[in-house]
Amino acid sequence: MEMVEKRTLPQENDQLDDQFERIGTEGLSGEDIGEKSLTYWADVWRRFRSNKLAIFGLVLLILVVLLLFVGPMVSGQNYQKIESGMKNQLPSKEHWFGTDDMGRDLFTRVCVGGRVSIYIGLCCTLVMFVIGSLLGALAGLKGGLVDDLIMRFCEFLGNLPYLIVVVILSVVLGRSTFSLIFAMSLTAWVGTTRMVRGQILQLKEQDYVQAARALGASTGRIILKHLLPNTMGIIMVDITMAVPGFIFSEAFLSYIGLGVRPPETSWGALASSGQMQLMFYPHQLFFPCVMIVLTILSFHLIGDGLSDALDPKLRK
Amino acid sequence: MDEKILEVRNLSVSFHTYAGTSHAVRGVDFYLNKGETLAIVGESGCGKTVTSKAIMGLLPMEQTEIGGSEGAEILFNGEDLLKKSENEMTAIRGSKISMIFQDPMTSLNPTMRIGEQIAESILIHNEISKADALKKALEMLEMVKIPNAAQRLKQYPFEFSGGMRQRAMIAVALACRPEILIADEPTTALDVTIQAQIMDLIGELQKELNMAVILVTHDLGVVASVADRIQVMYAGKIVERGSVDEIFYQSTHPYTRALLSSVPKIHTNNKETLYSLKGTPPDLIHPPTGCAFAPRCEYGMRICRNKYPETVKFSETQECSCWLHHPKADHSGLPENMVRGNR
Amino acid sequence: MAEKQTLIEVRDLKKYFKVGKKQILKAVDGVNFKIYKGETLGLVGESGCGKTTCGKTVMGLYPATGGQVFFDGVDIHGLNKKEKKEFTRRAQIIFQDPYSSLNPRMTVADIIGEGIDIHGLYKGEERKEKILELLDLVGLNKEHSLRFPHEFSGGQRQRIGIARALAIEPEFIVCDEPISALDVSIQAQVVNLLIELQEKKNLTYLFIAHDLSMVKHISDRVGVMYLGNMVEFATSDVLYDRPLHPYTKALMSSIPIPDPKEEKQKRRIPLEGEIPSPINPKPGCRFAARCKYATEACTHETPGLREVEPEHFVACHRVEEIGE
Repeated sequence: MEMVEKRTLPQENDQLDDQFERIGTEGLSGEDIGEKSLTYWADVWRRFRSNKLAIFGLVLLILVVLLLFVGPMVSGQNYQKIESGMKNQLPSKEHWFGTDDMGRDLFTRVCVGGRVSIYIGLCCTLVMFVIGSLLGALAGLKGGLVDDLIMRFCEFLGNLPYLIVVVILSVVLGRSTFSLIFAMSLTAWVGTTRMVRGQILQLKEQDYVQAARALGASTGRIILKHLLPNTMGIIMVDITMAVPGFIFSEAFLSYIGLGVRPPETSWGALASSGQMQLMFYPHQLFFPCVMIVLTILSFHLIGDGLSDALDPKLRK
Repeated sequence: MDEKILEVRNLSVSFHTYAGTSHAVRGVDFYLNKGETLAIVGESGCGKTVTSKAIMGLLPMEQTEIGGSEGAEILFNGEDLLKKSENEMTAIRGSKISMIFQDPMTSLNPTMRIGEQIAESILIHNEISKADALKKALEMLEMVKIPNAAQRLKQYPFEFSGGMRQRAMIAVALACRPEILIADEPTTALDVTIQAQIMDLIGELQKELNMAVILVTHDLGVVASVADRIQVMYAGKIVERGSVDEIFYQSTHPYTRALLSSVPKIHTNNKETLYSLKGTPPDLIHPPTGCAFAPRCEYGMRICRNKYPETVKFSETQECSCWLHHPKADHSGLPENMVRGNR
Repeated sequence: MAEKQTLIEVRDLKKYFKVGKKQILKAVDGVNFKIYKGETLGLVGESGCGKTTCGKTVMGLYPATGGQVFFDGVDIHGLNKKEKKEFTRRAQIIFQDPYSSLNPRMTVADIIGEGIDIHGLYKGEERKEKILELLDLVGLNKEHSLRFPHEFSGGQRQRIGIARALAIEPEFIVCDEPISALDVSIQAQVVNLLIELQEKKNLTYLFIAHDLSMVKHISDRVGVMYLGNMVEFATSDVLYDRPLHPYTKALMSSIPIPDPKEEKQKRRIPLEGEIPSPINPKPGCRFAARCKYATEACTHETPGLREVEPEHFVACHRVEEIGE
């Protein structure tokens, strides 16, 4: 029995004796856990905040939206006012983005058109979210025949040629913002339904759901307290990613002439008319396109940030 | 004196995580002799798996820091593995040092036939034809006692049961006759009867191939029958090491004692209160300055919470880091045989 | 022994799962046992033997394919909605995985309080007090009540799960592998707690685990399952000292003993091969294919549980011939 190293004991032995007093686990409960607790969403926000790109996306989106609403007031122009002497002007002090082929102020038109684009995007997403999560939750929970019916219906809708549906609908319902929203969201919820159903199928096998059943919880309680709160995260990401998709589809439909009807306008309609002047006045296409790109980029950055922040693997 | 095949000196491993830097292994020294079985025992998060992955060079480089201020060394036959390039490590991994993992389900490629997976590990390290490699793969499957080996060679992992998969994993690991086998919880995912089969198999193959084995486990029962030496890890440090008999019959660290006595013996009376430790292991993002076990130790002294104890050597093999072996410590009420020799 | 009151009686319980078109997985296939008030019945077996399915069917979490489960004389699979809710007040379950058994979005107080809310036992201040009392009972403190599950370690989470089960003051608790996911030093904490609570509250446990030494430690009587059948059933001492079924013998002898000297002396009965699939099992004794004593008869006729000695049941045609 030898010491590996000679101990270097301090001279004051009395002090040392005190150090060797047995205190056991005194003053410690042994049940201490980490610092202050963060709620789930606070934790998500913390991780989202530390993602520079996502925050850039959020700031960008806020700036774009601010511009759309404040812009026309600052510029003092009317988006419908036609000035025949001011056709196809280049950007100037008076007309910041120049004017279009009818002499209307392009900046104001981009702002007003953007409101329509974003409005359509948000409406479609809302419809998609409500129908998708309700049907998805129903299919996942009930299973059996209900599940089969919903899923077959989804397959049917999912396999319809999208463009033809939109063309037919705009013929039947006439060209209006409403018919556009209706046509676009008619099939869009299929993906959300599938995703929510998959989530619910997985979650309902979790032990905590079984535990709630063992405690005598009703189906409604299980959905509200256990299933929905745990799918919210993924639905949020899906929603964020869906908005730019709708904005893009709207732009595309307006571009091929199926979108909003003049004198109303949208980014897609602006791009469409700008394209005709592309050879001589490229700025008429450039400005609406830049706005579309910035908006879609900001939504994608936010969506990416959210999905990272929600990823359970990245939680500590 | 036995010949040392592996020597680990002052190994520290830290991971950069979201919440901060986690000091998973905090200065570990040990050696492995040729042909012996060294067991690393400890609870989850004590750093035993990280230590073995560091030896294999399998830690994710981007988030990991190995070494620390004083410089770590992992000497394999005198060469420092930490200084090897990734290519050099690939040549050593699987041929000189092999590893088998806890979960045989995820460590085999599900889209490759078993035979090809074994042959692949042979082909990486040897210049032989594929046909020869497959022939060797067949020998390996026979060596790990898989019945109908020729048929099994052509099957996919999902057609194997858990125990069979672990055998196949062992065949892959041993295909190049390594000098060291690191077995990380090889039987934890298996049932007791299969567990016994696999441990027997590892023991037999060890003798046949004269390998050294590092057995990483939390199960003291498994260790008792196969290990030559044991080292007990707690919160990233080795708190005690010794031969099997020394650890089981004269352990000198209160944590080792606690581990041993919290397992019910078949002969103890029913429903007798088991010895149980209070609390949980410390958070390694903020490791304690003193002995990490002090907050859970019923014999803890004031000094334990402030200063890490020095290592005391009791025999050629047994060492322990605990203030209780200090002459000034209060020895009353300690378990029998824990503190030896009066000074 | 004093008169024992039967709390649970399981009669010829069967639980089959359909897998694929014509394949039937017979997870539990004709199991009989009784659980007396205040005792712990252990259920052991290797993975796939049906012990967890058995526990969940006894709890009514799975509908039974056949047979009955009597709780205090009433078959729990024939209950209406109201009676079923009443049953959930008297019987509870603790799960294996402390990570998936707690809802990550709920605070500890809400998790523990869920049963209280569902059954409307306490409200407001009283509810809060009750939750703190439960936390204290399982060794946690009141600061923990507003925390979320991910902030706790495995052992602490398992104790939260126990507190949740205890909140509605059940008489019977199914413990489904409550310690297999925990570290050795934490296992002892949880087992001690379970034993202490049993004594305090006169609880009845069905303790399911594959860790044979823990089952022996906590149980009064133990049943051994193999491929959906109960092969042996006895008081825990008898079962561990004198197992009679060839499978139990092999199982007992492969328990690793944390003692090098005993481990060296131990004579292990090796068991060849692995558990066959429970999908469309062959008729006859399920163990026959791996049993070295199996005869022609064993592959045709399924042996039933027979009382070979008082309180010691074995399902084997050849117990007497094999001897100890």
